[in-house]
Amino acid sequence: MRRPARIGAALLGVVGLLASAACSTQPQANEKQTIKIVYQRTDSFTALDKVFKDAKQEFEAANSGVTVDLQPIQANDDDYGTKLALAQRSPDTAPDVFYEDTFKVRSDVDAGYLMKLDSQLANWDEWSKFNESAKAAGRGDDGSVYAVPLGTDTRAIWYNKTVLQKAGIPLPWQPKTWDDILAAARKMKAADPSVIPFSMYAGKGTGEGTVMQSFYELLYGTGSSLYSESDKKWVVGSKGFTDSLQFLKTLYDERLSVTPADALDSNVWKKVFGQWLPQGKMGATVEGSYAPSFWQKGGSYEWAGYAQDMGVAKFPTQFGQDPGGVSMSGGWTLAVGAKTKSPGLAFKFLATAVNKKNALAFDVNNSQIAVRADVASDPGYQAANPFVKDVSDLVGVTHYRPATADYPKISLAVQQATEAVITGKQGPAEAAAEYDASVKKLVGDAKVMQK
Amino acid sequence: MPVPDSLHRGSLRRRFRLLPVVPSILLLVLFMLAPVAWSFYASFTNAALSGKAALNPQWIGLDNYARMLTDSVFPLSAWLTVVFVAVSAILGQNVLGLVIALLMTKSGGATASLVGTAVIASWVLPEIVAAFAAYAYFSQDGTLNQLLGMLGVYGANWLYAFPMAAVILANVWRGTAFSMLVYRAALAQVPRDISEAALMDGARGWQRLAFITLPIIRGSIATNLMLVTLQTLAVFTLIWVMTAGGPSNASTTLPVLAYQEAFKLGDIGYGTAIASVLILIGMVFGTVYVRLLRRANS
Repeated sequence: MRRPARIGAALLGVVGLLASAACSTQPQANEKQTIKIVYQRTDSFTALDKVFKDAKQEFEAANSGVTVDLQPIQANDDDYGTKLALAQRSPDTAPDVFYEDTFKVRSDVDAGYLMKLDSQLANWDEWSKFNESAKAAGRGDDGSVYAVPLGTDTRAIWYNKTVLQKAGIPLPWQPKTWDDILAAARKMKAADPSVIPFSMYAGKGTGEGTVMQSFYELLYGTGSSLYSESDKKWVVGSKGFTDSLQFLKTLYDERLSVTPADALDSNVWKKVFGQWLPQGKMGATVEGSYAPSFWQKGGSYEWAGYAQDMGVAKFPTQFGQDPGGVSMSGGWTLAVGAKTKSPGLAFKFLATAVNKKNALAFDVNNSQIAVRADVASDPGYQAANPFVKDVSDLVGVTHYRPATADYPKISLAVQQATEAVITGKQGPAEAAAEYDASVKKLVGDAKVMQK
Repeated sequence: MPVPDSLHRGSLRRRFRLLPVVPSILLLVLFMLAPVAWSFYASFTNAALSGKAALNPQWIGLDNYARMLTDSVFPLSAWLTVVFVAVSAILGQNVLGLVIALLMTKSGGATASLVGTAVIASWVLPEIVAAFAAYAYFSQDGTLNQLLGMLGVYGANWLYAFPMAAVILANVWRGTAFSMLVYRAALAQVPRDISEAALMDGARGWQRLAFITLPIIRGSIATNLMLVTLQTLAVFTLIWVMTAGGPSNASTTLPVLAYQEAFKLGDIGYGTAIASVLILIGMVFGTVYVRLLRRANS
């Protein structure tokens, strides 16, 4: 090849590259309409994938000429949130309909990612079937609704009856105070030193799991809280915060929970569900109402005996004070992207995905607590697993995370405090003081109150 | 004034010669310089992944940089980065690579190629695969503890008890091949006759190394130091997979911290500010080595 020809070829290559890159982002005008759906799918979370595949078929059959483009993201909750937020930054990548964690709704509304659904919901006859507290989960600070809930959840103590029986603890077990938990855990340890008596998550490895399934059950049971909704301020310096850290320290110091090294492994929950509880190597843990979804048929850790072997108890308040139990609730929603080019179609698809049939399938397969009255009264839902009634009752004592834009950073500061305590880097008082300092730094003195 | 035809043609030709590199320069500007410039710009804003700042990022001047001074994690992280680079790159990869290269020139063909293959094997692995291999080696039930178990020794949980040591060893294991290759090539250039002359004059092995070989290859040493330093400064996947920066930030180097701030906490502004500091550190190292290189060549 002579030189000019070579140069010409190289230039042509570059032009070709640039041209193809430019073309791929240009939608063609006469193309069929496509709506893009972004959601989460993991090896242990396929319930939503199934719902969307069914909804796609249903929707495409009813709306000819429309293609539903399903784009699952394979990632854990944290990474899913990050990838979704990055996709929202450009109109070319922003989804038309997406799966959104309730605690991110308000902050993402502020960011302009979610479309206001008020006018669509007004003409949707099924909206009245959703219960009021669930509707609130999708509300922005301005009072408008931006997201439609798929289901909710609660947290409880899940215990292995055989392990408790061996330790001579009468069943059904219901600890009334924190000390009851410690006493039972010590009994289990004495009966069989190889079992992990009572596991509670801690550290940054398990992320939101650390706070939702461990620390907040403690904190909200002391009478303190993370955030004062009435003052719109973050609470610092509470005795409840230090007491909660002290409780975790006792659990970990006395080896009543997993080892600190295991606790910091982000995959520790897989061992809890997959090995320790089914094999009778763990007495109890605090986990979500969705626990049976892992064990039931088709779940990632199938365990036929879970219905007989496992029991559920309310997490108690510190000294047994009212209301006698604590739970935390989260849940996920579907939302329409603010940058969508076809809002009508997008909402229509959302409505298909949360109709009674699909919501029922999701709530049963993912062991969610129903938010639609017609799903809650369905016999198929009530018979989904033996614990539906127990965990649904906890809605009465449940709390929600403060869904403000600052929350993720505060949550990380809490996780950091628990990590410092269980690894022995800091004592509870010291870690609580550092938490107070970082909260003040994160949100500013004006948004903090001493309690 | 009319330009002589030959001169005109010469400069035209010189310009024409640059043409083949234009595409690669364009690509570099597009995919390297542009993100760097954007990151630098974003570090002066409160850009975020969510919340009001995601909609309208505000210009906040040097606030992000001021925050580093009061942040308790940043100084620790900067220190860990220095330790990581000094121990795993400058000492570990660089010295070990030189030693292996020297031993290989001394030893026979079969041994040399066997060692070479073993060392390079870790280098050709994609970073994520190498990171998982290192994780599998050091983790609680990993290869190392099983080997120790055979000897009747109960090993520690290395990633938890000694996170920095684990990631440093892993980076040495993964990166030594590069230094070895550079030094193999450099040592092949050392003229035999000088070495032999020194031998005749009675110079011992270490004297020949210190006074003959090293001065001759000092250009390669400087180049190698620069490359391994810059590569190691940017190591992220290896640490993220092995320890994710933990426990309690004990292995959070600057790239890990930047990622945590930008993508875990959604604070793009602060994350990019940390990344900008990292670029500056890289530039300082780069300048020092380029100076060294110039002195070596003159």
